[in-house]
Amino acid sequence: MRAQSRTPWSNTVRTGLLGGVAALLLSLVGLIEASAQRAIITGVLSMGHTLLLLIYVWAAQQAVRRLAADGERQPSRLETLTHGALAGLLISAVLAALVLLGQVINLRAVFINASPALFDLLTLKLGTWLGGGVLLVVGVVLGLLVASLSFIPSQFRKPLVLGLAAIPVVSVLASALFAIRGLSLLGALILLVLVAAASYLWDLKKGAVRERMNNLTPTGQRTTRWLRWLLPAVIVLLLPLLGKYPSEVLDNVGLYILMGLGLNIVVGFAGLLDLGYVAFFALGAYTMGVLTSPEIQWAGARLTFWEALPFSVLVATISGILLGIPVLGMRGDYLAIVTLGFGEIIRLVALSDWLKPYIGGSNGITRIPKAVVGPIELATPQTLYYLIILGCLVVAFVTIRVKDSRLGRAWMAVREDEDVAQAMGIDLVRTKLLAFATGAAFSGLSGAIFASKLTSIYPHSFHLLVSINVLCLIIVGGMGSIPGVIVGSLALVGLPELLREFSEYRLMMYGAALVFMMLNRPEGLMPEARRKLELHEAEGGAGE
Amino acid sequence: MLYRLRRKISGTTVFMWIIGLGILAMVVVGSAQTLASGRYPSDQWLVLTIYGVAQGSVYALIALGYTMVYGILRMINFAHSEVFMSGPFIGYYVATALDEAGFLDRQPVIGLGIVLLAAMATSTTIAVLLERIAYRPLRRAPRLVPLITAIGASFFLQYTFRGLFGSGVKGYPEIDQLKGYWLIPGTQFGVLKTQGVVIVAAVIMLVGLYLFVQRTKTGKSLQAVSEDKDIAALMGIDVDRAIVITFIIGGALAGAAGVLYALLFRQVNFFMGFFPGIKAFTAAVLGGIGNVVGAMLGGLFLGIAESLFPNLVLDGLGIPAPYQLKDALAFILLVVVLIFRPTGILGERLAAKKA
Repeated sequence: MRAQSRTPWSNTVRTGLLGGVAALLLSLVGLIEASAQRAIITGVLSMGHTLLLLIYVWAAQQAVRRLAADGERQPSRLETLTHGALAGLLISAVLAALVLLGQVINLRAVFINASPALFDLLTLKLGTWLGGGVLLVVGVVLGLLVASLSFIPSQFRKPLVLGLAAIPVVSVLASALFAIRGLSLLGALILLVLVAAASYLWDLKKGAVRERMNNLTPTGQRTTRWLRWLLPAVIVLLLPLLGKYPSEVLDNVGLYILMGLGLNIVVGFAGLLDLGYVAFFALGAYTMGVLTSPEIQWAGARLTFWEALPFSVLVATISGILLGIPVLGMRGDYLAIVTLGFGEIIRLVALSDWLKPYIGGSNGITRIPKAVVGPIELATPQTLYYLIILGCLVVAFVTIRVKDSRLGRAWMAVREDEDVAQAMGIDLVRTKLLAFATGAAFSGLSGAIFASKLTSIYPHSFHLLVSINVLCLIIVGGMGSIPGVIVGSLALVGLPELLREFSEYRLMMYGAALVFMMLNRPEGLMPEARRKLELHEAEGGAGE
Repeated sequence: MLYRLRRKISGTTVFMWIIGLGILAMVVVGSAQTLASGRYPSDQWLVLTIYGVAQGSVYALIALGYTMVYGILRMINFAHSEVFMSGPFIGYYVATALDEAGFLDRQPVIGLGIVLLAAMATSTTIAVLLERIAYRPLRRAPRLVPLITAIGASFFLQYTFRGLFGSGVKGYPEIDQLKGYWLIPGTQFGVLKTQGVVIVAAVIMLVGLYLFVQRTKTGKSLQAVSEDKDIAALMGIDVDRAIVITFIIGGALAGAAGVLYALLFRQVNFFMGFFPGIKAFTAAVLGGIGNVVGAMLGGLFLGIAESLFPNLVLDGLGIPAPYQLKDALAFILLVVVLIFRPTGILGERLAAKKA
């Protein structure tokens, strides 16, 4: 009996301490303080507090769910409440201990972010002792609140949670896009009610709407299907109206989508982990620079953007093949390191004085002309956006068409088992090289647009981190999945650009996201159907 | 069909041989020209070689972590470079505290010992946590999954350290007793004291590790597990324990290597692990990954090659500022080794044993 009742407690303690450590880490790396600048609800709640709040919610929720899942009987309400409260209390205890320690010794000598401002945030400016006490009480109350959520009938719980979640999301988007400083309290309440009501009504009427859809005449169904495509398309085309800065962000997202779709072919389809992908991006950009910039004298007549574009793609493609040949026989992890090496070699060579007379060394290439369409020069981010969208469409079209072709299926066969694929008559050399070449071509295209977007390129723009970024976004989005690439780019490139205070912590979160995804959801956010099946089949197999 | 296959292989092999011969020709021509020009006196080559040995012994210590983990888990522990970085980073705070108290100058041996212990403890903790949190749940996952996890962990650690301790470069305190040279008796030639200490310390640790792996029961159990996990388990070896021990050894050696690296270059920052990490991996591959002695030799070779090649080869080829290409050289060496001799220098013995 004792042994049985011990497990849920230790589970809750572990969850609480884990949450505490997470909160501690976020505080000490300075994320909480940095994001406290942004208000979610003006004067009431800052984003720093929201982040802490999320940790409380996660921990209490986890504790309650574990309790319900592990026990043989339904836990009583009192038990649920105490477990939730305990998890909340533990997080607060860890944070309170930090505050206390900060008063006793000068933590700042080591942890540069353990500043008085952070302690003020944690103690709600109430001083060490009172604030610490309040922190503990708040922890318990939050734990209780989250735990009591599980008593609400599910048809009300979902709208409520959605409504609550909508507040930070809308507020962050609004403040990032329109320079609004957070929602007002009234606005937040209205939003909560609206979203909750909408969700509740949708749940009620969902069945009826579906039925109506199914009862439509075939032509009616066809129009609704068209509308379903048309609406997002119109929205996508109208996005630059948001202004210069959002368009700039969208341009970056688009360039990453281009690269992501390319790497998706190499890693997602063919299963070849390429960590030097930035090399092709760099080659595309440098080819564009060398052929178009008036600074470069040795490369013959100056071309326009459109004349140079095919050369950019061509150079990237050829180097994709050339770099692919030596690594044909290598297995997954060796391949990763060698390609990483290629990427770094190209960057280091571009940076050195050796090639300085030709490609500018650390000074890079500047004065690269913008693209011109008819009378319009694509100089603003808004106009450039359409060029990037066009590129994305072409690349996405190619990807979709190739995916289910003979070649696409050959890639996936190679990904699954090289030996079996070869036994089935797939030419490994050709298949792998085509994957490298296609991926490189997309990346080169992205690089060429990048060069004309910035009008100047430096070796520093082609750091290994770009490769890691692209890898992250296709893994978070879902390897091998095209919508996944788009979602991944929006989440990993778009969001951090909108939330400037996060940009310093971007790579930390990428790293955490990679580990988390691999441990918990290796198929990604928008998984490709076949891949998901594979991964879970493997899990099932391992479990037996 | 065999004929067709052979024809295809030869197409790419020929291409690779051309690259290989090209590189070889560049090395030969470059060194010949440099030596013929007599630009550098022989003393300078000796200085460079000793510097290379010191650096190489640090690489060797890090490489052991890669090679042992690879041997046992068949995965590249990409985050090992951060295990290496974390040790001297924490060691820096210990060292400055000791230095401010004047202890480091009064008792350099004990002081350095304390710094070393702190660094080794930190690195070991991080290595063990990594194994427990990130790698253990994935032991039977498809190959790419643990590698991606390791890359993620590497970046997470790097930028967590940056967030916690700031992005600036931190200067290690200088120890009075380690300033200047030791003259080699009978010559006019001196060895930098720090380099001497680094070489001696590294050699002691390398020999210690070799004896541990070869002679002790635990060491033999590690070998058994890296040979075949399932059969080792059948023989009564606790595989989980062996893996944890591997990570402990790798972490401790990486932490020690970090302090030695900090002695050589006297600075730490959050990004310092990347290049030594990649180079140590190159060293491990060079020596045949999974092979302990190979990693040691590979590290030394890479260290020496790296300090000699820019002057010896690139200078002779007339490339300006050859030192800038030092890091690229390590990568080129890695690529060349993996292409032409993926088993490494000592890899064959291992392969033969397995067969």
